[in-house]
Amino acid sequence: MDSLFKERKSRLDIFHQWRKKAKPKSKEIPDHVFMSCTHCHTSVAMMDLVSNHYVCPKCHHPFKISARERIRQLIDENTFKETNAKMISIDPDDFPGYKEKLERLQKQTGMNEAIITGTGKIGGFSCVIGVMDSNFFMGSMSAAVGEKITRAIELATKKKLPLILCCTSGGARMQEGILSLVQMAKTSAAMKKHSEMGLLSIIVLTHPTTGGVSASFAMLGDIILSEPYALVGFAGKRVIEDTIHEKLPDNFQTAEFVLEKGFIDRIVPREKMKEELERLLSFHCKRSIS
Amino acid sequence: MNLKEAQQKINEIKIQQMQVDEKDLDMWNDYQKQIETIQKETVLTPWDHVELVRRPDRPKAQDYIDLLFDEFVELHGDRKSLDDPAMLCGLGSFHGMPVTILAQSKGKTVEENLKQHFGMPQPEGYRKALRLAKQAEKFNRPIITFVDTPGAYPGKEAEEKGQAQAIADCLYTFSSLKTPVVCFVLSEGGSGGALALSVADKIFMLEYAVYSILSPEGFASILWKDGSRAKEACDVMKLTSKDLLEKKVIDGIVSEPFGGAASNLQSVVERMDVMLRDALQDLTQMKISTLVERRYEKFRHLGDGSWKMLR
Repeated sequence: MDSLFKERKSRLDIFHQWRKKAKPKSKEIPDHVFMSCTHCHTSVAMMDLVSNHYVCPKCHHPFKISARERIRQLIDENTFKETNAKMISIDPDDFPGYKEKLERLQKQTGMNEAIITGTGKIGGFSCVIGVMDSNFFMGSMSAAVGEKITRAIELATKKKLPLILCCTSGGARMQEGILSLVQMAKTSAAMKKHSEMGLLSIIVLTHPTTGGVSASFAMLGDIILSEPYALVGFAGKRVIEDTIHEKLPDNFQTAEFVLEKGFIDRIVPREKMKEELERLLSFHCKRSIS
Repeated sequence: MNLKEAQQKINEIKIQQMQVDEKDLDMWNDYQKQIETIQKETVLTPWDHVELVRRPDRPKAQDYIDLLFDEFVELHGDRKSLDDPAMLCGLGSFHGMPVTILAQSKGKTVEENLKQHFGMPQPEGYRKALRLAKQAEKFNRPIITFVDTPGAYPGKEAEEKGQAQAIADCLYTFSSLKTPVVCFVLSEGGSGGALALSVADKIFMLEYAVYSILSPEGFASILWKDGSRAKEACDVMKLTSKDLLEKKVIDGIVSEPFGGAASNLQSVVERMDVMLRDALQDLTQMKISTLVERRYEKFRHLGDGSWKMLR
């Protein structure tokens, strides 16, 4: 009887071991090796994506990239010098939950605010550049963002340098209220001063540029470029549909749409952006016939 | 006591007061005192402000223009494609001084309001204002703007015709306009649509008016995905004239009688008249370069208390 039980137990143990082995293994491919394209849903190997400027090789839809990555793509190696890196938003009105969200985002993104500004060279041409980042609070314009942009524009004016601003933003930052809204006026006024000095400003619109940012400096460049398929508009699509009670076409407020309506100069694919900026900058540097 | 309850109570007392015998002055005064204490004790919540300025009897830009200026000649069109009735523009005479008037105009009837999109200008409206602002600069005329809009019109055509570009252009051009600009926020000032006309040397705001980043409904809808929480939004938005004066976004408050400008428009216009006269006297004497530089500096420092440098 005893041996019968022992035999049964040993058989059960073997069975259990077999079951343990048969358990599916944890994922062999970590998430960051493949990325899914938000547009055509193809899985793209991360290595391919990086070498392709984070553009889907199949449908050419640009992926969302950080401000640092964009600077790496546009600025000549080792020429970028960041300005006002340590500026952060404080929350003077104690808006419920705002401070916590800022701290969380700062940890998540490693950025202090939704924009990085600095000086650098593009194809050897010196310029002042500001790049917004939609990973930080949807790139919304707080007073700190407005201040950094204004300081960047003023630096360009002072040093007589061309200005390049890469925009991506949901608009003004609700938590900061009216002082966020007036940043639109502040940045626009600085753009005007820059322009009055006879200096060049180039705006690069990326997905998405809407609200207060689109209705201020993003529309005020001498030349306005856009990445393909970027959302560019003032009011949100849902708000418009609720107002006019009809469905809007799919291409509404895309870069292609605003190009057709005459509000931007060119649509430039991400992989050609640096080249294009170099070319445009060179037009504004040569003065005499050689 | 909130505004509604207070007004109900005041009306009840007024009815009693009317029934008092003419000779019984003491009794009448007693009622009057009661009314005054209620008026003093009533504290308006931010939502009360919003409700008050949205009442149909709230005076519109046209009413102020009629009373504030000796003459008014309306000028139409943006010279490009359209005339937007939500933007009322023209020439006026203020105590004999020619001025350019740019006003966001709400209608008085439903029909008018449908035409004027409830005071929400289209890109053409902003371009009309811009055209006349440049004209004012040419003829050295001061510009008086009146802000009264829930925001720029969010329509399909408005987007197609570049609402964002039109507003941006206003901010851009007004920032260095070589003529004095004085702005009055009359009732509602919402989002970039209102800001486009308030890049001014002096910004005054009626006591009960509200001026904010977005309408309370839009704010609640963006932040909490629920537009019906507008009342709650008002409590955190800091949109009353007092809040804005504290933040130095505006330069002065035009005090209103209890119940708003509708209850005694003449007295409000008189106060506006004094403020406008003082402002214009001050601004027209200034050197143009100083004026423009001061306007830039004014906006340059807005929001200075909202950021800091980490060590």
